[in-house]
Amino acid sequence: MKAAVLEKPKAFYDKFERKGKTQQETTHYCPGCGHGNLHKIITEALSEFGVDDRSIIVSPVGCSVFAYYYFDTGNIQAAHGRAPAVATGLKRSNPESIVISYQGDGDLAAIGGDEILQAANRGENMTVIFVNNAIYGMTGGQMAPTTLVGQKTTTSPYGRKIENEGYPIRMSEIIATLEAPVYVERTALVDFKTINHTKRAIRKAIKNQIDKKGFSFVEVLAPCPTGWKITPVDSQKWIQQHMMPYFPVQAFKDVSDQRESMEIEQRDYSDQEVLDVLGLSQLGEKKQVPASFIENFPTQFMKIAGFGGQGVLSAGVVMAACAMNENLEVTWIPSYGPEMRGGTANCSVILSNSRIGSPLTTNPNVLIVMNGPSLDAFEDDVQPNGLIIVNTSIVDRRVKRDDVDVLYIPLTEIASGLGLTAAANMVCLGAYLEYTKLIDYKSLFEIVPLAIKKKHLVDTNLKAIKEGVKYIRENYSR
Amino acid sequence: MQKELIKGNEAVIKGALMAGCSLYFGYPITPASEIAQAAAYYFPLLGGTFVQAESEVAAINMVYGASAAGKRVMTASSGPGLSLKQEGISYCAGAELPCVIADIMRAGPGLGNIWPEQGDYNQMVKGGGHGNYRNIVLAPNSAQEMCDLTMKAFELADIYRNPCIVITDAYIGQMMEPVEFPTTRKKVPYKEWALYGDEKSKKNLVTSILMNTHLEEEHNKKLQKKYQTIAENEVLYEALNTEDADIVLVGYGIISRILLNVMEILRKQDKKVGLIRPITLFPFPSDFISQAADSVKSFLVVELSNGQMIDDVKLAVNGRKDVHFYNRMGGAVPSVDEIVDVVKKFI
Repeated sequence: MKAAVLEKPKAFYDKFERKGKTQQETTHYCPGCGHGNLHKIITEALSEFGVDDRSIIVSPVGCSVFAYYYFDTGNIQAAHGRAPAVATGLKRSNPESIVISYQGDGDLAAIGGDEILQAANRGENMTVIFVNNAIYGMTGGQMAPTTLVGQKTTTSPYGRKIENEGYPIRMSEIIATLEAPVYVERTALVDFKTINHTKRAIRKAIKNQIDKKGFSFVEVLAPCPTGWKITPVDSQKWIQQHMMPYFPVQAFKDVSDQRESMEIEQRDYSDQEVLDVLGLSQLGEKKQVPASFIENFPTQFMKIAGFGGQGVLSAGVVMAACAMNENLEVTWIPSYGPEMRGGTANCSVILSNSRIGSPLTTNPNVLIVMNGPSLDAFEDDVQPNGLIIVNTSIVDRRVKRDDVDVLYIPLTEIASGLGLTAAANMVCLGAYLEYTKLIDYKSLFEIVPLAIKKKHLVDTNLKAIKEGVKYIRENYSR
Repeated sequence: MQKELIKGNEAVIKGALMAGCSLYFGYPITPASEIAQAAAYYFPLLGGTFVQAESEVAAINMVYGASAAGKRVMTASSGPGLSLKQEGISYCAGAELPCVIADIMRAGPGLGNIWPEQGDYNQMVKGGGHGNYRNIVLAPNSAQEMCDLTMKAFELADIYRNPCIVITDAYIGQMMEPVEFPTTRKKVPYKEWALYGDEKSKKNLVTSILMNTHLEEEHNKKLQKKYQTIAENEVLYEALNTEDADIVLVGYGIISRILLNVMEILRKQDKKVGLIRPITLFPFPSDFISQAADSVKSFLVVELSNGQMIDDVKLAVNGRKDVHFYNRMGGAVPSVDEIVDVVKKFI
């Protein structure tokens, strides 16, 4: 038989210096408290597995808020109930670290009820130690979600009542119903037998994490003589007589042997890979354009409006991208907020040779209306001498104003002729640029292939642009 | 390199990735959801982590954990979400954990609506959580700045070990503009205080609890000194035509874009109008506004709120000149003409 060597586990500090200047050999826990035993069991396991250096203990809010006094590991203290979320952040950052979330019943089952369920449900590769002593210890013995029916606490002075507080919550049973967790077991700290049981459970829960198997949860029924106002010896009996009948000590789920290890690939990415992924390497170099083009460019305050699905927003994006490609300043903003009216989709686009202030075109000098309601909504807003392009395939009236320039074009019919009604917006952009000559319409050809997601429609859209140009040449040559 | 026409919200994520951010934890909310969506798309492709958290509260606490682990990490939300995150932000400030949080403001209070507002100024700039802390707060007003200031936020957060907020309104988030992105990704510095899960870093402790009143007071004094250093070194603002101005307009975010037009129109009418746009809201450009107060006759602060930034302007002006106020709330945005008329009342 192998001789047992009794020594302090390496994962405990030799002296508890963080505790303060005095009493560096003893813990801050009360006599008979379960935390001391549990800390020892955890440190033994970490040291046995040789993972102390890789380990990070997340201290909760509760008596074990000061767990970092004792563990010679990485230590972090979390907000009340949030330890599983903090542990998620730690573990996802450094998957090789061993992260232990150590929580009490108020912390885990009350204020942190969602964090623990969701971390368990995601199957985070972490170990959670849940200390259930049926009471809030640190704040002075208040009722916990695990307080037994009839149990007197400082906030249930007449005993926990079912009609007021419901029944004590069984967290292990709940978590075991989830698919992701690997291992869920409840143990107790009462005698050699239960302490050894706890040891085995915690070892397994930590080993599972080392083996990258996923989420392990050990609930430990622990004594709180001070909170319960009885002696340490009576506390052990109390667990046996009152807690264990309601909180059965057993494994609720263990698929440790069935689960595969989950390796996470970690590597560095080159700048080129980053630029490729972000779609930035395809942007190419800036175009050379004549200074006179920029200088003489008259600011275009465009409003493009129509039904949803008429490509109103994408027409704006293509126009803005085209002008940007010519080194102009541009903004694009979809109909948004209070300026949305008349049941139309619309966007504001500004093209300018200088810095653009407000991106909203309250008074456009170019209005493109793809449907009737849009003309009704925005006709009056157009600046005098502005341009209105009317989609006569759908808009059944003429523009009322006589102080604006108007192009009447059967945009939808022209697009239909190409077999793609949705390309009416591109017919319009071709017509707009051919009529105004502000930018060579061929510039659109550089943008459309990048802007259109359905690549098989690119050709038809390019044809649509040419049809728009053709319509202007045939009907509106200046 | 050519620019990319991109929404402000997406520019935040591309900027974050170029700044070396490798983890994103968030919860969906309009009008900030494009940030989470872009993160969900891009982060996994570069070996990063995207987790849609179960709540805003969990998200900020995941950020707390990842920041403690030495990584560059961010989250984003809008007003109601930020209200929920305040506890976690206070913990980050207390434990001196760097992180970046984008706030794409919507109208409030309560559920309010999804249209743009600037009602989160107080909660983000003055510190909406408990305790004596400040966030560094950057206020972009273009898609380019959504990228640039997000990148800067990661730098400042690391330098000062402090939460850094990128705050803007729904318009700046939704608007598409050309953005020039950097071509090299920033290297994340090694952090002596972080928990890497290794032998070298295991001595480290990340916490905000100091039971000893003396130590807690010393910690608070250290934090205040840090905020003072930030105030002395990190002020950013844009000032236009303030030298000869009779009236100076003050606004940030979408309002500063509208005020630019207002100023241009009034200057054409020979009205001496200037513009100050705070880019950092904390630290606030108090010294510059104070100097401007020597020469100008009055200020007009325009906000999409009940008047929150105006308090900082008034503190800087210190009663020496009139500080007028014009606002819209509930998602309404003033037009250029509307503000031109207001300014004319004061000159």
